[in-house]
Amino acid sequence: MKVRARNPKQAWLEDFESGPVRDDGIETSTISGIPLQPLYTKDDAPRREEELPGQFPYTRGIHPSGYRGRLWTMRQFSGFATAEETNRRYKYLLANGQTGLSVAFDMPTLMGQDSDAPTSRGEVGHCGVAIDSLADMETLFEGIPLGDITTSMTINSPAAILLCMYIAVAEKQGVAAAKLGGTLQNDILKEFIAQKEFIFPPAPSMRLVVDSIEYCAKEVPKWNTISISGYHIREAGSTAAQELAFTLADGMAYVDACLERGMHIDDFASRLSFFFDAHIDFFEEIAKFRAARRIWARWMRERYGAQQERSWKLRFHTQTAGVSLTAQQPELNIARTAIEALAAVLGGTQSLHTNAMDEVLALPTDRAARIALRTQQLLAYETGAANTIDPLGGSYFMEALTDEMERQAEAYFKRIDEIGGVIPAIEAGFFQREIADAAFRYQKELEDKRRIVVGVNDFTVDEEEPIEILRIDPRLESQQSERVREVRRKRDGARATNALNQLRKAAAGNDNLMPYILDAVRAYATEGEIMQAMIEVFGTYTEKAVV
Amino acid sequence: MRALARAISMVEGRDPAVRELEDELRKDGRTPGVAGFTGAPGTGKSTLVDAVIAHLRKKGSSVAVLATDPNSPFTGGAILGDRIRMQRHALDDKVFIRSMGARGHLGGLSLATREAIRLLGGFGFDQVILETVGVGQSELEVAAVADTTVVVLTPNLGDSVQMIKAGILEIADIFVVNKADLDGYARVVAELRTMMNMAPKHGWRPPIIPTVASRQEGVDRLWDAVLQHRRHLEASGLARELTERRLRDETAEVAAELARERARRALEEDPGLAERLLSDGTPYRTAEEILDRKG
Amino acid sequence: MPGTAVKPVRIVVAKVGLDGHDRGVKVVARALRDAGYEVIYTGLRQTPEMVVDAALQEDAQVIGLSIHSGAHMTLFPAVVDELQRRKATDIVVFGGGIIPDDDIAALKKRGVAEIFTPGTPLQEIVDWLRKRFPDRS
Repeated sequence: MKVRARNPKQAWLEDFESGPVRDDGIETSTISGIPLQPLYTKDDAPRREEELPGQFPYTRGIHPSGYRGRLWTMRQFSGFATAEETNRRYKYLLANGQTGLSVAFDMPTLMGQDSDAPTSRGEVGHCGVAIDSLADMETLFEGIPLGDITTSMTINSPAAILLCMYIAVAEKQGVAAAKLGGTLQNDILKEFIAQKEFIFPPAPSMRLVVDSIEYCAKEVPKWNTISISGYHIREAGSTAAQELAFTLADGMAYVDACLERGMHIDDFASRLSFFFDAHIDFFEEIAKFRAARRIWARWMRERYGAQQERSWKLRFHTQTAGVSLTAQQPELNIARTAIEALAAVLGGTQSLHTNAMDEVLALPTDRAARIALRTQQLLAYETGAANTIDPLGGSYFMEALTDEMERQAEAYFKRIDEIGGVIPAIEAGFFQREIADAAFRYQKELEDKRRIVVGVNDFTVDEEEPIEILRIDPRLESQQSERVREVRRKRDGARATNALNQLRKAAAGNDNLMPYILDAVRAYATEGEIMQAMIEVFGTYTEKAVV
Repeated sequence: MRALARAISMVEGRDPAVRELEDELRKDGRTPGVAGFTGAPGTGKSTLVDAVIAHLRKKGSSVAVLATDPNSPFTGGAILGDRIRMQRHALDDKVFIRSMGARGHLGGLSLATREAIRLLGGFGFDQVILETVGVGQSELEVAAVADTTVVVLTPNLGDSVQMIKAGILEIADIFVVNKADLDGYARVVAELRTMMNMAPKHGWRPPIIPTVASRQEGVDRLWDAVLQHRRHLEASGLARELTERRLRDETAEVAAELARERARRALEEDPGLAERLLSDGTPYRTAEEILDRKG
Repeated sequence: MPGTAVKPVRIVVAKVGLDGHDRGVKVVARALRDAGYEVIYTGLRQTPEMVVDAALQEDAQVIGLSIHSGAHMTLFPAVVDELQRRKATDIVVFGGGIIPDDDIAALKKRGVAEIFTPGTPLQEIVDWLRKRFPDRS
């Protein structure tokens, strides 16, 4: 009797369908809602030209040598309380093997306010370092040679001011601006969309960003002028596809603005950088990073006509997802962070920040910060993850998922175009609504236990062990307030006032504001004073909330 | 101020105890001018109202704003977010901002809004602004209550004027094209003019006012138009006519509300009545019977 | 029930201080709306004075605050104090955000009714409100 041979795939499908099925009600789609097949085979992976690292469209990486050539930069975001304490933490991290600095500023600094302003009450030094003037910046980098390291500064509305302060500190160290390397976040569009640290309305905000890009193209050519961010969009609740699409759309909006200013694409494009989230749904994140490179390369070459290869290559920094961390059983966060970091590495990130386990509760203690850094070192040196370039390339699943990410992103670009572009979409509340809807959907899934967060809605413990958390000394606020008042007293008042007046005049005109801000900074005008001068010309922005 | 806020809550909750307060206030009888602002989402209505408030405050008038949002009809809850755009008046005690949900009322807002307006007048506010998102029947309700109805449009709302619901052009006393600095402004104005030519309004030709609310531009012209419209209502006698009509309408509405309550109560309290209704299936006869009964 | 007069509990929900992380407050606002409350969202960058003033104008029974910036030990008590100054201590204050457990006890002593930390199911917040305001909505 002849046994009819089953086609192997058919056979597998039949066996799968007649086999056991978990009945725990847990979603089998990605955390972003992309449905996943139980299995991917070569039928799911598209037939395409072979992709190789360092070759357009760079899906497999922008460098032909990957991490064999150079490891990613271990760049831990850090900053708290005073410039002195932060300076100490930086020296500690550099001594422990961190390879680049990343500055976290406190809320008043992020919002362009001095520590002694009434609205800074209760906020000084809590989520980053307080910087009110050049004096604080000098303390922050005391003993750290700016010509030898790179520094990333996470700041947006007042970004131009902080960059000028950095340049001024380097001046005093005898380091020319042309030698300075680092990154300025400076991504105002995502503030309107997600993080909400905007001050001025969209148009003057964009002007400042373009001013800084234009200035750096000439004077600080090694500086990454902007870190176009998806992290905050994701943390606000978006899906991975939304993070990808909205970030790249923002990128294109900045490119358009620079081109409108009259710059040539190849003069600035290679200094645009990106910043993504590494969330807990492992494979989706890797696909997202790969799709990002592919999409950006195509758009830069084909739509914007950039001629130079370096303009096509998307470089990005990644931070593991703060929003995935739990206050319950916080040691689990070490495991979560490790997995998320691995996704970033397998996705080919250029630099990486790993969260500390206690960050749901407060800024990290020394110990927690060290564990976070060691996690990266473990990945780099113990796991073999850095030995092969784009190791998941060619996986049927990974290629199918990368294509799906790309498809979803392109669909969003079309919708944004239909609304008229990024800024009209912001004003129409488009992004905010998508994000709020996704956040609510996810929360519902958690409440229905269709998704599990260990320790939170399942696998809980009755008694949580207390862990030591970092406390900011409440006296700090008054100390810092006194410091800034002292700076105002001791400086050359006429020089500062004059510089601010010049800035105000220039803001009302069309000049690039960077030189004026630099002058004000050198004169020890405070951040709040510089912002206020610009607010008088630009006004402030109130969002229409989309809940 | 808290007394006023509580009184408005009582009005929203249709609490009859508030009537006593209203009688008290009627003695000093101030009638504030009422301007209604309506328009589709995205027209910058709230920003415009914010700019109008600023304008009025500069002139020394006190202003109350009633901002209405449709309620969720199933759960009765609502998210009311209009006051966000009026932040700069946050601590000015001559500005009172109140968010009102429609609470699934049949006939929506009008009864509560009318009473609230009288309360606001009684508490001394010179001007009242009604603001509502243009969904459902809300524009008609605003027009029924406001002396002057301002319809807000913007140049970039898809196919703008064509898309506007039927009826809105009839209720508008003033058209505002906000975000007038955007492309498409001229087209919107042209379309509006065409529509208006096809449907003339008695004696008053609604002006079209360009504004850029975010820059406080055009707002003084807008308010001048509002005042001009009020003068027109007085001069033409329409003001008195409308006031009378409104009082009659309101009375009829209140009667309807009372009758509704009475009917519900009757059906609940009189099981015989309810039984008969269910077995005969005669809502009209049953209703008449209820109304014929005393008290 | 449509058509009958309802007096739902009114809740002013706000972010006080400079922090702009509004994901949580928006999710909570939706959940409260779905549970039948009237939620007045006053948005970002509110001062304690603005929040209390809004609560008074809106005749709200509850104020909900969300703070992620570490400034909670200053800002929550400031709201409680402002309620006292405006003679409105009947208004219930609750909140959420990045608030360590040790601070919760201190905040409660200062007059905050409840703090819901990250990971709290939305239903818990709704249940707590229902227990506090049993006759309404």
